[in-house]
Amino acid sequence: MTMLPEVELPSVDMQASLGGVPMVSPVLTASGCASFGRELDPFFDLTSIGAVVTKSVQLRPRSGRATPRMAETPSGMINSIGLQGPGIDGLLADELPWLAERGVRSLVSIAGARTEDFAELAERLRGAPGVLGIEVNISCPNVESRGEVFACNPDASAAVVAAVRAAADPAHPVYAKLTPDVTDIVSVARACADAGANGLSMINTLLGLVIDPDTMRPVLGGVTGGLSGPAIRPVALRCVWQVHAALPNVPILGMGGIRTGLDALQFILAGAGAVSVGTAVFNDPSAPARIHAELADALGERGFGRLADAVGYAHRAPDEGSPGRHR
Amino acid sequence: MSQDDGATRMVSLPTGERVLPPVPGSGTGLLGQPAPPAEHPPVQGLAVVVGSRPVSAYTELTLEAPDIAEAARPGQFVAFAVGGPTSAMLLRRSIAIAGVGGGRFSVVVSAKAAGSTWLAGLRPGDEVDVVGPLGRPFPLPPPGTPALLVGGGYGAAALVGLGGLLRSRGHEVAAVVGAGDEDRLCSVEDLSAVAAPFVVTTDDGSAGRAGRVTGPVAELVSGAGVVYACGPMPMLAAVAQLATDRGVPSWVAVEESMACGVGVCMTCVLPVVGADGRSRFARSCTDGPVFAGDRVRFADVGTLPPDLLGADAMTLAHTPAGEGETP
Ligand SMILES: Cc1cc2nc3c(=O)[nH]c(=O)nc-3n(C[C@H](O)[C@H](O)[C@H](O)COP(=O)(O)OP(=O)(O)OC[C@H]3O[C@@H](n4cnc5c(N)ncnc54)[C@H](O)[C@@H]3O)c2cc1C
Ligand SMILES: Cc1cc2nc3c(=O)[nH]c(=O)nc-3n(C[C@H](O)[C@H](O)[C@H](O)COP(=O)(O)O)c2cc1C
Ligand code: FES
Repeated sequence: MTMLPEVELPSVDMQASLGGVPMVSPVLTASGCASFGRELDPFFDLTSIGAVVTKSVQLRPRSGRATPRMAETPSGMINSIGLQGPGIDGLLADELPWLAERGVRSLVSIAGARTEDFAELAERLRGAPGVLGIEVNISCPNVESRGEVFACNPDASAAVVAAVRAAADPAHPVYAKLTPDVTDIVSVARACADAGANGLSMINTLLGLVIDPDTMRPVLGGVTGGLSGPAIRPVALRCVWQVHAALPNVPILGMGGIRTGLDALQFILAGAGAVSVGTAVFNDPSAPARIHAELADALGERGFGRLADAVGYAHRAPDEGSPGRHR
Repeated sequence: MSQDDGATRMVSLPTGERVLPPVPGSGTGLLGQPAPPAEHPPVQGLAVVVGSRPVSAYTELTLEAPDIAEAARPGQFVAFAVGGPTSAMLLRRSIAIAGVGGGRFSVVVSAKAAGSTWLAGLRPGDEVDVVGPLGRPFPLPPPGTPALLVGGGYGAAALVGLGGLLRSRGHEVAAVVGAGDEDRLCSVEDLSAVAAPFVVTTDDGSAGRAGRVTGPVAELVSGAGVVYACGPMPMLAAVAQLATDRGVPSWVAVEESMACGVGVCMTCVLPVVGADGRSRFARSCTDGPVFAGDRVRFADVGTLPPDLLGADAMTLAHTPAGEGETP
């Protein structure tokens, strides 16, 4: 097992927080890109990162979609897995105990087709061992609204967040995960925050399509799929920037194409208090631990003593200090 | 998510190696048990290319990586990062381990699109990031069982280590190696050294017997106590069927499109009958690539069979896949 030291430069305090709950690192995995953590155990110390964000879980086990489920794209990929997973019973019986026994913290991602599904899932997670909080994957079609994605509608998003907040363990911060495929992400972010979200995870994948030039049909079994990886990083960063500018007190878990410590630094500077590493894990299964170390170095090199001081630093006024201020 | 772990009874040999007992699939009417997981967890690191040589239409690479070489068992594979550290190709390329020895392992690469072409172009002295050994190895048969090995195209390379191991343990080994044409035959010399009878087929008759491997396999299978196959999916389906029809257990190493190779992305699934008799989408990287031939539902690959565990939860499966990971 590769054990990276928790803090590369002793001078930088890497303590982060998830809606007020302290974490040893601001680097987390991303939902759907680390399964339930176990498979990454050979590659790095899972207790050294902020949390394992679990694959979105629903009430019932799901087979997921037919293959092909992915296509590689320039600096990224599109996927259409269809939320394959064991359901909440399997999560509680097999996956969360495995993580908790090893002292690994989890941020449990939940998904549903109606508001009540989300509330029931949050309720079932009350008191579950090792759970740091709940990430609400509202990038799901709402069966009660002809399949419109919850996260594309501020009211539907707010309804889910309010229901989850009411049902969840009061000790569990609730993060709403936003889609970038909206005209105005700030209005959805505000609706979620007003409904009681303790933080926002952003961004989920962008809807994409790849056509096979040989078969002359869409590659994916699900036709369209979610685009992820470094290709979407500027979009993700723009979303974090806009939401932090509008809602500076709402904690953000930033993600989208983070592959290196310097990528993570950009999200921190744009206003994210912590980051998730998704597709990069497929390229480098030890990426979360590596990115933690690289981010610590990058902060130290820029004169930051604490991660917290760098959060949103790119928003400062032009005359308000310079990187040199911290040296 | 490990569906079949622990369901398999093992027999320990004096050598410390584990073999499957000659019991047919428990209560399911199937001939084969799910293949047990590997004993050694995978490692990640830089491997140095120490040899590269063309072998007919392919390139054989030899890499120095003692951890991987020592832990690898026949049937396992490695996953290479391609294009260097800043590559726009993020996904790993999975390649079967063709041979091990002296802290080195070898692979046979068929250059297809950009990633595998990059791999095939590596020169001695180059370094490449590799994860391995991955996947479940071929389970070994009880002492004295005669084995039939069937390789298609570069798939034959994955059987070389197995052939040698079976022979060293006193098994009779027969082999059939086939390809479209002479140029795409692979590992003919290595396998002919350990197997008798040894039959070569090509679709166009440019070498060996004209036609597919299934002809000689149909003749040889009745004399075998177990069949091992690696090659294109239609070949695996046909060989598994021939074996099953004659009551001979078979092990097939499947090839599904993989994004991570380590079990975290869920892109590589195919419908497989589990130890409990229920079919699931199993990951070919961590639940495979070796499966009992009669457990793989070859005819249903690329579809969502309605009896799959969790298929009933995919009610919105016909709405286009939405944001990232929507049902
Ligand atoms: C267990 C296993 C063992 C394999 N062993 C060998 C081997 O010994 N020699 C060899 O030449 N090839 C082998 N392959 C196939 C090899 O992985 C693909 O041909 C290769 O990844 C294609 O890469 P590309 O850049 O040419 O294609 P691209 O189409 O550009 O690849 C894009 C993505 O799709 C994935 N992909 C595409 N085709 C395949 C495929 N057929 N199988 C798996 N993933 C695919 C790639 O890994 C990559 O993530 C094996 C595959 C598996 C799953
Ligand atoms: C294969 C795959 C599966 C995913 N599954 C989920 C999921 O189950 N729930 C979710 O909220 N996001 C899911 N995502 C989205 C990621 O969590 C993340 O938001 C997105 O990929 C952007 O980050 P990245 O570029 O670092 O991957 C998935 C992404 C990928 C690539
Ligand atoms: S390739 Fe990622 S789970 Fe199998």
